[in-house]
Amino acid sequence: MASDSAAIAVRQGRPAPWRDPWLRGIVLQVLFVAVIAALIAFFVSNTIVNLRRQSIASGFGFLNREAAFGIGESLIAYSPADTYARAFLVGLTNTLYVSAIGIVLATILGTVMGLARLSSNWLVAKLAAIYVETFRNIPLALQLLFWWALLRGAAPPPREAWQPLPGVFVSNRGILFPVPREDPAHLTMAIACVIGIAIAYAVHRWARRRQEATGQQFPAGWAGLGLVIGLPLAVFLAYGAPLTLDWPALRGFNFAGGSGASPEFGALLVGLVVYTGTFIAEIVRAGILAVSWGQSEAAMALGLRSGHRMRLVVLPQALRVIVPPMTSEYLSLTKNSSLAVIIGFPDLVSIANTTINQTGQAVEGIAMIMAVYLVISLAISLAMNLYNRAVALVER
Amino acid sequence: MTIGTSLRIAVLGLVAAIAVGGTAQAGPTLDKVKQAGSLSCGVPTGVPGFAQPDSQGKYAGFDVDVCRALSAALFADPDKVKYVPLTAQQRFTALQSGEVEILSNNTTWTLQRDTDLGFNFGPVVFYDGQGFMVPKKLGVKTGKDLNGATICVQPGTTTELNLADYFRANKMEFKPVVIEKVDEIYAAFFSGRCDVMTGDASALAAQRIGRASNPDDYIVLAERISKEPLAPVVRHGDEQWHDIVDWVVFALIQAEESGMTKANVDDMLKSDDPNIKRMLGVTPGMGKALGLDEKWAYNEVKMVGNYGEIFDKHLGLGSPLKLERGYNNLWTKGGLLYAIPIR
Repeated sequence: MASDSAAIAVRQGRPAPWRDPWLRGIVLQVLFVAVIAALIAFFVSNTIVNLRRQSIASGFGFLNREAAFGIGESLIAYSPADTYARAFLVGLTNTLYVSAIGIVLATILGTVMGLARLSSNWLVAKLAAIYVETFRNIPLALQLLFWWALLRGAAPPPREAWQPLPGVFVSNRGILFPVPREDPAHLTMAIACVIGIAIAYAVHRWARRRQEATGQQFPAGWAGLGLVIGLPLAVFLAYGAPLTLDWPALRGFNFAGGSGASPEFGALLVGLVVYTGTFIAEIVRAGILAVSWGQSEAAMALGLRSGHRMRLVVLPQALRVIVPPMTSEYLSLTKNSSLAVIIGFPDLVSIANTTINQTGQAVEGIAMIMAVYLVISLAISLAMNLYNRAVALVER
Repeated sequence: MTIGTSLRIAVLGLVAAIAVGGTAQAGPTLDKVKQAGSLSCGVPTGVPGFAQPDSQGKYAGFDVDVCRALSAALFADPDKVKYVPLTAQQRFTALQSGEVEILSNNTTWTLQRDTDLGFNFGPVVFYDGQGFMVPKKLGVKTGKDLNGATICVQPGTTTELNLADYFRANKMEFKPVVIEKVDEIYAAFFSGRCDVMTGDASALAAQRIGRASNPDDYIVLAERISKEPLAPVVRHGDEQWHDIVDWVVFALIQAEESGMTKANVDDMLKSDDPNIKRMLGVTPGMGKALGLDEKWAYNEVKMVGNYGEIFDKHLGLGSPLKLERGYNNLWTKGGLLYAIPIR
C-alpha cells in the first residue's frame, strides 16, 4: 500500500517527461520497434530494386517449372520431368527420413554409452569414455568424409558384391536386401497394429488404476507387446501367410529390385548418430548423476527391486535434467543433416542448392531452406516440450 | 570451404540483393577495377589445363590466361589479377554480388543464364561438348549402353541437365551421384562409386590425365551429347565492360589469324598493313573507343600470346592433355573461331 501511494505521488509530481522512467521506457520501446521495422523495410525494398536493376528473375514462379535434373535417392516417386516443387519435396522427405532414424539411433547409442560410462566395470567405462572423447572432438564434416570413404572404398564393385546372407548384397553401391512384395494384407496388418496399440494403451491405464486401487500388479508391458505384434501376425496368418519377396538381382550395371541404402545415406546416418550419440551420452550421464545417491538408498530401504528403483525413482528425476538439453541435440542432428551436401546425399539443402543454381534465384531458395528448417525445428521443440511436461515431476 | 558452401551462397545471394549503391550503372566496372588496381576473376577450383595452381601456388591455365589477357589490356601488366576459385554452384552468386568482375570458369552459354540470371556472355573461347568417361574394363562403346548406370556429376551445371535429358530421350534409367567439390566427385568416380563420370569432354580428358592413378584404365567415349560453348561471363547492365571483354577475346583470335605471336609482335609494329596498325595502336582510335590504352591489343599478345599459343601451352600439344584443336581452330582452318573486324 505504502509503495503504491508513493508511486502515485511520484507520478503526480512528474518533473519532466524525459525524467519519467515509465514514459521513457515506452518511448524507447516504440523507437526500437520502429528502427527494426525501418531496417527490414529498407533491406527488402533495396533487394527488390537491386534484383530488378540487375534484371535477375524473382518470385516463386520457378517452382512450377520442370526441374529437369535427376536425383539419386528418393522416397517418393520422382523423375526429371517433375517440377522444382516436387524435387524440393524429395529433398525434404530425405532430410526428415535421415533425421528421424538418426534421432532414434542416436538416442539409443547415447543412452547405452552414457550408462556404460557410469558402469562399475573398468573396461566398459573406459571404452565408453574413449568413444565419447574421440568422436565428440572431431568435426562432423571430417567424420562424414571418413565414413563415406570407408563405405565406398572398402566394399567391392557391384559385379563382385559380397553376399553375407542369401539375397543380401553389399557393394560400393550400398547395401541391398529383399523386401516383401506389396500385398493387400499389408494394409489390414497396419490397421491391426494401430488397433493393437490402442488396446495396449487401454490395458496399461486399466492396470495402473487397478494397482493404485488394490495393489495388485498386472504384466501390462508383456500384454501390450503381445497385442501390438500378435494382432498383425494373426491377420497375416488369416490371409494365408502371403509372403513373396522382391529379391535384388544384378542386372547390367547395377542391382534391380529389393530395397536398401546407398553409401551416402549410410555415411550420413552413421556420422550423425555417432557424433550426436557422444553428446547424448554426456547428457544421460549428467542426468543420472544429478539424482543424489540418497534417493536410491531410500528406494532400497523401501524394498524396491533395482529395475523399479531406476524406473520409478531415479529416471523420473533424471529426465527432468535430461529432456531439455536432449531437445537441443535433436535440433542439431536435424540441422547437421544438411552436411549431406559434402558427400552427395540428396537432402533438402543439396537439392535447393541445385535449384538455386539452375534458376539463379538465390534469395527465394535460401528463404525456403530457412523456413523449412525453422518449421522442423519448432516442431521438434514443441514435441519435446510436450514430452517434458508429461514426464516432469509434479511438484507439490 | 565445403561446409560453408550453402552459407556462402546465402550470404553472397543476400549481398547481391542488398548491395547498396548498385553495381549496374553504365560503365562503373572499368572505373572500379582501375581504382582497385586489379581485377577479380572467378576461375574453377581445379581443372588441369584450364585453371590450377602451379607448384608456386600461382594460378595457370587456359581460363587464367583469358583473365591475364584482360589484365594486360587494362593495366599493361598480365598479373594484376586476383583469382577467386569458385565451384559450379558458387560462381553465379559471386558474379551477381560483385565479388568478381568476370567469370572465366568454363561456363556454358545458355539462354536462361543470359536472361534470368542477369548476365552477359563474351565470345565463346572454347567449343566443348558433354561426354562420358568410363573404366575400360566395363566394355562400354556408346552412351546408349549405359542404361541403369550410376553416374557421377557436378551440381549446378548444364551437364546435370543434359544428362537427365539424354537418358529421358533414350528411355533409359540412371542414378546420379551429385557432389559439388571437384576433388570429391572425381575421388568417388576413380574409387568405383560410379560407373560413369560425365562432364565437358575437355575437362574429362584433363581430369583423366591429372587424377587417375592409371589414365589408360579409363576412356572418354567419342560420343558428345550436347553443345557446350564456354564463354567468359559479366554482369548485365554495364555495356562498356561487356564490350571490353568481347574485344579482348576477339583480339586474341585475330592475333592468331594475322600471324602475330608473342615473339614477333614487336616487329609487327612496323607492319604496313593498316589492319595490323589499327589493332596494335600504331594508328590510334581503337583503344580510345574502348576506354583503354591504345596499346591494349599489343600488350595482350606481347604478354600472354595469341589464342593458338595459349591453347597449345595449356591444352594442346605443348601440354600433358594433348587436345586436338578441333572446333577450336580458326575458321580459315576448318574451326569455328571467327574474330569480328577490329576497326
